[in-house]
Amino acid sequence: MNIVVLVKQVPDSGAERNLTSDDNTVDRGSANNVINEMDEYAIEEALKIKEAHGGEVTILTMGPDRATESIRKALSMGPDAAVHVVDDALAGSCAVATSKVLAAALGTLNADLILCGAESTDGRVQVLPHMLAERLGVAALTGARKLTVDGASLTAERQTEEGYEVVSAATPAVVSVWDTINEPRYPSFKGIMAAKKKPVRTLSLADLGVSADEVGFAGATSAVVEHSKRPPRSAGTKITDEGTAGTQLVEYLVTEKFV
Amino acid sequence: MAEVLVVVEATQAFGVKKVTLELLTLARRIGSPSAVVLGGPGAAAELAGKLAEYGAEKIYAAESEEIDGHLVAPKATVLANLVREVQPAAVLLASTQEGKEIAGRLAVKLDNGLLTDVVDLDADGTATQVAFAGSTIVKSKVTRGLPLVTLRPNSVTPEPAPATPGTVALEVAATEADKLAKVVERVAEQKGSRPELTEASIVVSGGRGIGNADNFKLVEEIADLLGGAVGASRAAVDSGYYPHQFQVGQTGKTVSPQLYVALGISGAIQHRAGMQTSKTIVAVNKDAEAPIFELADFGVVGDLFKVLPQAAEEIRKRK
Ligand SMILES: Cc1cc2nc3c(=O)[nH]c(=O)nc-3n(C[C@H](O)[C@H](O)[C@H](O)COP(=O)(O)OP(=O)(O)OC[C@H]3O[C@@H](n4cnc5c(N)ncnc54)[C@H](O)[C@@H]3O)c2cc1C
Ligand SMILES: Nc1ncnc2c1ncn2[C@@H]1O[C@H](COP(=O)(O)O)[C@@H](O)[C@H]1O
Repeated sequence: MNIVVLVKQVPDSGAERNLTSDDNTVDRGSANNVINEMDEYAIEEALKIKEAHGGEVTILTMGPDRATESIRKALSMGPDAAVHVVDDALAGSCAVATSKVLAAALGTLNADLILCGAESTDGRVQVLPHMLAERLGVAALTGARKLTVDGASLTAERQTEEGYEVVSAATPAVVSVWDTINEPRYPSFKGIMAAKKKPVRTLSLADLGVSADEVGFAGATSAVVEHSKRPPRSAGTKITDEGTAGTQLVEYLVTEKFV
Repeated sequence: MAEVLVVVEATQAFGVKKVTLELLTLARRIGSPSAVVLGGPGAAAELAGKLAEYGAEKIYAAESEEIDGHLVAPKATVLANLVREVQPAAVLLASTQEGKEIAGRLAVKLDNGLLTDVVDLDADGTATQVAFAGSTIVKSKVTRGLPLVTLRPNSVTPEPAPATPGTVALEVAATEADKLAKVVERVAEQKGSRPELTEASIVVSGGRGIGNADNFKLVEEIADLLGGAVGASRAAVDSGYYPHQFQVGQTGKTVSPQLYVALGISGAIQHRAGMQTSKTIVAVNKDAEAPIFELADFGVVGDLFKVLPQAAEEIRKRK
C-alpha cells in the first residue's frame, strides 16, 4: 500500500505563541517549531500498516525551509521518503489555499491511503482532511481512534458526541487520526542516522502548476483584521484548607448563585 | 432582509443542540434566519418547534437515507446548491467536528473563505476568534465569498424569538463521490442524565490528582450536585481514570461554561486551552504553586479528599 502522511510543522503548543505584528501570521521565527503532535500518530499508524501489509510511506509537508527539521524528525521514525512543498509565495496561505496546494502535490504521488492528524495545534481548524477529500474526489474518514485495513477496504472507528461510529470506505481515501489511535514510537539512533540519507524531494508552486496569486497573502480567502493579547485572568481569592475549605468553597458558589 | 443559513445540529437524546439556538440568535443580527435540517427521513418535523421558538423564519429540510448513511459529504453538496440558489447573507454552523467538516467542504465547493471557532460575529461579518490556548484575540473577515463561519458552543446567549416558519423540502442529489464514506454502525453510549460537556453551563473536571478511576465518583458527585457535566484532564484520561470523550483541552473538548471546577488539575497550558474562556473558574489543588491558581477566581489549596466530601455535604445542606 502506498501511504502518504501529511505532516505539518507548528510552534510548540506548550510554550507561548504569538501572531506577528507586521502581517498577522503565526510567529514561527521566535517559536520552538515541532511536528504537529497528532501527525506523529498518523506516522505511527502508517508504519504499522506498512509493517503488516507492505508498501511505502512518504511524508508530505507544505511549509517554509525550516520545516526540513520536522521532515527529518518524521523520517527518523521510519518512513521511506519525503516531499516538501516550499515556495516563498506560500506565506500567509489560508486553509482553502493550503488544501489546493496539498491536493496538487498529492496528485503527483498516487497514494492509496492519505493519513493525517485530525487537527493541527496552531490553527485547530480540523478542516484539511475533508477539504482534500473534496478536491481529490476520494473518501474521508476523520477522527479515527482505530483503523483496520483489509486489502482495499478501510474501516475506522470514530468517537462521536453520543458514543462512537464505525465508518468504512475503499482506497484511495483520506483518513485523519486522533491521538487515541496508537502510541507513536521514538526514533532509534539507527533511525536518526538513516533519516539523513533518505530522499527529500522539494516541489515549488511552478512544479505543481499552481499560480502564486492563488495562494499566500495574495490568494487568501480570509484575513486577520487585528489581534491583541487577551488580558490575563486575574487570580481571585485563594484560601488554604484549615478544615473548613469545603464549606467556604460552597459559600463562594452560593454567593455566585451556582448553588 | 437577506436570509442567513443556520445549519442545525441535534442529538437523539436532547433534540436541537443549544449551539444551534445560539446560531439562530446570532443570525438575527445579520438577516433573516433560515434553519437547514440535514438528516434522515422525518428529521425536520421533530425539530421544527424548537427552531420556530428561537426565530427560524424558514426551515429547509433535506431528508434522506443518503444523508444518514454517509459522512458529511452529501450534506455539503445539499448546502452548496442551496447557497447558490438563495444567495444568503451568511452561512453559520457549529464549531463541532461535523460543523467544521461540512464548512470545510463547502469552502472548497464555493471557493469561499472560512472562519472556524468563532466566539462572536458582527453584522458586517467581522468575526472574533480566540487563538493559542485563549491567549490571543483575533478579529478576522472572510475576504472571498460570503461569511462562512463556525461558532464555538457557549459563545452567545440563546434568546427566544417566536416565529412561524414554513418548511421547504430540499432535493438531496448526492454525487457518487459523496457516497464513498459509509456509516456502518452508530453506537450510542449510556450518557445518563448529565448535560453534554461542550454545552453544559457547569463543568466539573478531575485530573491526575484524583488518583484512580474509582475516585472519579467524587468528581461525579460534585457535578451531579451542581447539575453539571464531568470533564477530565489528559493525564486523567491517559491513566485510564475517565473516558477520552470527556477530555478537556487542546486535544480534547473546548468548553466555555459559566462555572469550571478543576479538581486535582495542575493547569498545564494545553489544559487551559480548553477551558480558559470559562466565566468563573474554581480550583482545588494541594500544590499552592499549581498554575491553575493563576486563573482561578476561587482557589483552595488543600487535599481534595478532605475538601470535596465536606463541600458535597454542604451543598446537600443548602439545597
Ligand atoms: C500536544 C499536547 C496536547 C495536550 N492536550 C491536552 C489536553 O487536551 N488536555 C489536557 O488536560 N492536557 C493536555 N496535554 C497535557 C498537559 O500538558 C498536562 O500534562 C496535563 O494537562 C496534566 O494533567 P493534570 O493536571 O491532571 O496532571 P498533573 O499535571 O500531574 O497535575 C495533577 C495535580 O493534582 C494535584 N494533586 C495531586 N493529589 C492531590 C490531592 N490529593 N488533592 C489536591 N490536589 C492534588 C497536584 O498538586 C497536581 O497539581 C497535552 C500535552 C501536549 C504535549
Ligand atoms: N501545511 C501542511 N503541510 C502538511 N500537512 C498539513 C498542513 N496543514 C495541515 N496539514 C495536515 O492536516 C491535518 C489537519 O490540519 P488542520 O485542518 O489545519 O487542523 C494536520 O494534522 C496535518 O496532518
